Amino acid sequence: MTRAASAMSALGALFRTTAFKLSFAYLLVFALFAFAALGYVAWNAQRLLSDQFTSTIDAEINGLSEQYRIGGLRRLVNIVERRSRVPGASLYLVTTNAGEKIAGNVGALPPGVIDRPGQFETDYARTEDADAPPSHALVRIYLLPGGFRLLVGRDMDESARLREVIRRAFGYSLLFIGILGCGGAWFITRRVLKRIDDMTETTRVIMAGDLGGRLKVAGTGDELDRLAHNLNNMLERIDELMHGMREVSDNIAHDLKTPLTRMRNRADEALRLAGTPEELRAALEANIEESDNLIRIFNALLMIARLEAGNAREELSDFDAAEAVRDVAELYEALAEEAGVPFEVAVEDDLPVHGSRELLGQAVANLLDNALKYGAPTEAGAPARPVAVTARRVGPSVEVVVADRGPGIPEAERAHVLERFVRLETARSRPGFGLGLSLATAVARLHGGALRLEDNGPGLRAVLVLPLRQTAGTPLPPSAAGA
Amino acid sequence: MRILIIEDDREAASYLVKAFREAGHVADHATDGLDGYAMAESGDYDVLVVDRMLPKLDGLSLIRSLREQKVETPVLILSALGQVDDRVKGLRAGGDDYLPKPYAFSELLARVEVLSRRRTASPSVEPTVYRIADLELDRLSHRVTRSGQEIVLQPREFRLLEYLMKNANQVVTRTMLLEHVWDYHFDPQTNVIDVHVSRLRAKIDKGFDKPLIHTIRGAGYMVRVGPAEGEE
Repeated sequence: MTRAASAMSALGALFRTTAFKLSFAYLLVFALFAFAALGYVAWNAQRLLSDQFTSTIDAEINGLSEQYRIGGLRRLVNIVERRSRVPGASLYLVTTNAGEKIAGNVGALPPGVIDRPGQFETDYARTEDADAPPSHALVRIYLLPGGFRLLVGRDMDESARLREVIRRAFGYSLLFIGILGCGGAWFITRRVLKRIDDMTETTRVIMAGDLGGRLKVAGTGDELDRLAHNLNNMLERIDELMHGMREVSDNIAHDLKTPLTRMRNRADEALRLAGTPEELRAALEANIEESDNLIRIFNALLMIARLEAGNAREELSDFDAAEAVRDVAELYEALAEEAGVPFEVAVEDDLPVHGSRELLGQAVANLLDNALKYGAPTEAGAPARPVAVTARRVGPSVEVVVADRGPGIPEAERAHVLERFVRLETARSRPGFGLGLSLATAVARLHGGALRLEDNGPGLRAVLVLPLRQTAGTPLPPSAAGA
Repeated sequence: MRILIIEDDREAASYLVKAFREAGHVADHATDGLDGYAMAESGDYDVLVVDRMLPKLDGLSLIRSLREQKVETPVLILSALGQVDDRVKGLRAGGDDYLPKPYAFSELLARVEVLSRRRTASPSVEPTVYRIADLELDRLSHRVTRSGQEIVLQPREFRLLEYLMKNANQVVTRTMLLEHVWDYHFDPQTNVIDVHVSRLRAKIDKGFDKPLIHTIRGAGYMVRVGPAEGEE
C-alpha cells in the first residue's frame, strides 16, 4: 500500500470513529447557532442605523423647510452653507429647478437624481475633492415652493464600517468554533472513547476464551464505570455457570455412562447366550428398570437446570408452606413407621410463602428421603434413630428443618454434597443419584432462600430457608389438598 | 375400546399401536394434526392420545377445535413438555389427562383405560356409594364397611380407597395415586405409595379370605374381585 493510500485509509478510519462523528455534529450545530445569532445582531444593527439616519434626515428637512418658509431662499442658503462647513457625515444641497447648485457640500450627483423627490440611496461626490471616488449616501430630496430643490443626506461609510466589523466577527467565531470542535474531538477520543476502546479490546480477549478477564473500573463512578461493573458481574455469573456446566458434564460422563454401559452389556449378554425365554425376559426387565432409572436422573437434571436458569418463575403463586410440608411429612410418615423409625412432625400454622408448592414438596421429600436413607438405619439391637420435620417462622423467613440422628456430614464436606451427583459413600451401594440435595438447593434459590446443612450433634440438620410472603397475615384461600 | 393415536414420530406411534392392540384394544394412527383432526371429528373413538408438537396443526389447537365442535372424546396429551405449567396449559385447552414423555406404557394404558371408563360411566352422576364384593364406601358419610363390619380409615387412607374404588377393575398407577390423593406431581424415589397401599390393604383385606386390593406387576394397583391378570 502506498503512503498516500495508507494515509487515506487512516483518514477514513478517523471519519468512521464515534469521536469524529460526534465532534463534527457538534461543530455543525454550534456554527449554525453562531451564524444565526450574529446574523440577527447584524441585521438589527443595520436597521437601527438606517432608522436613525431616516429620522435625522426627516428632522433636518423639516427644520430647513421651516427656515425657508420663514426667511426665504437667502436664509436657507445661509444655514446650509454654515452647516456644510461642519465636517461630518451630513450632506446638504440646494439647487434651482434646473438643477444648478446654489449651496451645499455635495459636488456631483448622478443625472436626474435631483428631480426625484423622496428618500433613496445614491452615489455622490463631495465638493471639496472632486477627484475622490464617489461615496454612497442615503438622501432625501424635497421640492421647495418656488421650484427650488433641497437635498439632505447622510454618508453611508459608517454603515459600511459596521458591516466590516460584523464580517470580521463572523470570521473569528468560525475560527474559534473550529478550534473548540477539534479540541473537543480530541478530548472525547482521549478520555471517553479510549476507555470504550479498552473495553472492546478486553471483551475481545475474553471472547477468545479467557473467561477470567475483567474490565477495568476507573473508580469515577460514572456511566462507563457502572457499565464495566455490570459487565464484570455478568462475566462472573457466566464463569460460574460455565464452571458448573463443566462439572456436570464430567459427572454425567461418569454417572450416566455406567448404567448405560451396564444396559448395553446386559443386552449383549442376553443375545450372546440366547438362554431360555425366562432368562431373556429377566434381562429385558432389568434393562427396562435401568432405563427408568436413567429417565429419572434425566428428569431431575433437567429440573435442576430449569430452576437454576430461573425458568420456573412464572409458575410461582402464593401458598401455605405449612400445608405443603405437612402433606409431604404425612406421605413419608408411613415409610418411617414401616422402617420402625420414630418420626416427629412439628409444623407451625399459617406459613404463607410465594413460590411453588409442588417444588417445595419435592425438595422436602428429597430431604426426608435422605434422612430416612442415611440418617435412620441402625445396627441390629441399637435403639432406632429418630427423624424430625419442623417448619416455623424465624424472623422474616420460614425454616423447614429435616433433622436426623445419623452419622451426619463432616463440616468440610457439606458444601460439596450440595453439588450435582455428589454422594458421600464412594461405593454407591445405596440407591439414589446424588441429585436430591442439588434439587433442594435449586428450589430454595428459586424462592429467594437457601439450603443450609448443620450439625445436629449428632446427625444432620438440613435447613430450608424460604422468605415469608410480605403480605403475611392475609387469610389464605383454603387449600385444595384438604386433610 | 377404540383409540386414536395422533403422533408424528412413526416409530413411537407404531410402538403404541402395537402395544394397545396387544392389550386388546383397537388402535388407529394419524401422523399429523390435520389428519388427526379429521379422524377424531367423526367421534368414532373412545380415547384420543395426542402429541403436543404436531405438524400442520399443533396438538393444543387440535384439542381446542375438537371441543368447539362439541367432540367430547376424552383426550390424553402425550408430550415432551412435562412441567407443571405445560400440564396446566394442556388441561386448560381441553385435555383430560397429561403424561410427560418419556413414559412407561403401563402408565399410559392405565390412564387411557381410566379415561374411557369415565366416559362410559357418564361422569356427571357419580354414585355416593361405591361397592365391590362385600366392601362398601360411602362418600357422604365417610364410612367404610366390609361384610357389614366398620373399618376405621385415616382421611388420606379414605381418599386412597375412594380413588381405587372409583376406578375399580382398572389399573391405577403409583403416579396417578400421588397426583389424585396427594396432589403432587413429582416422582418419589422411594416406594412411599406402596407403603400407603400396603397399610390400606392391611385394614381392608386382613382377616378376609378374598383380597380386593391387587398389585399389578410393573404397573400399579387394582381393586377387583378375584385375582387380576399380571398380579404378583
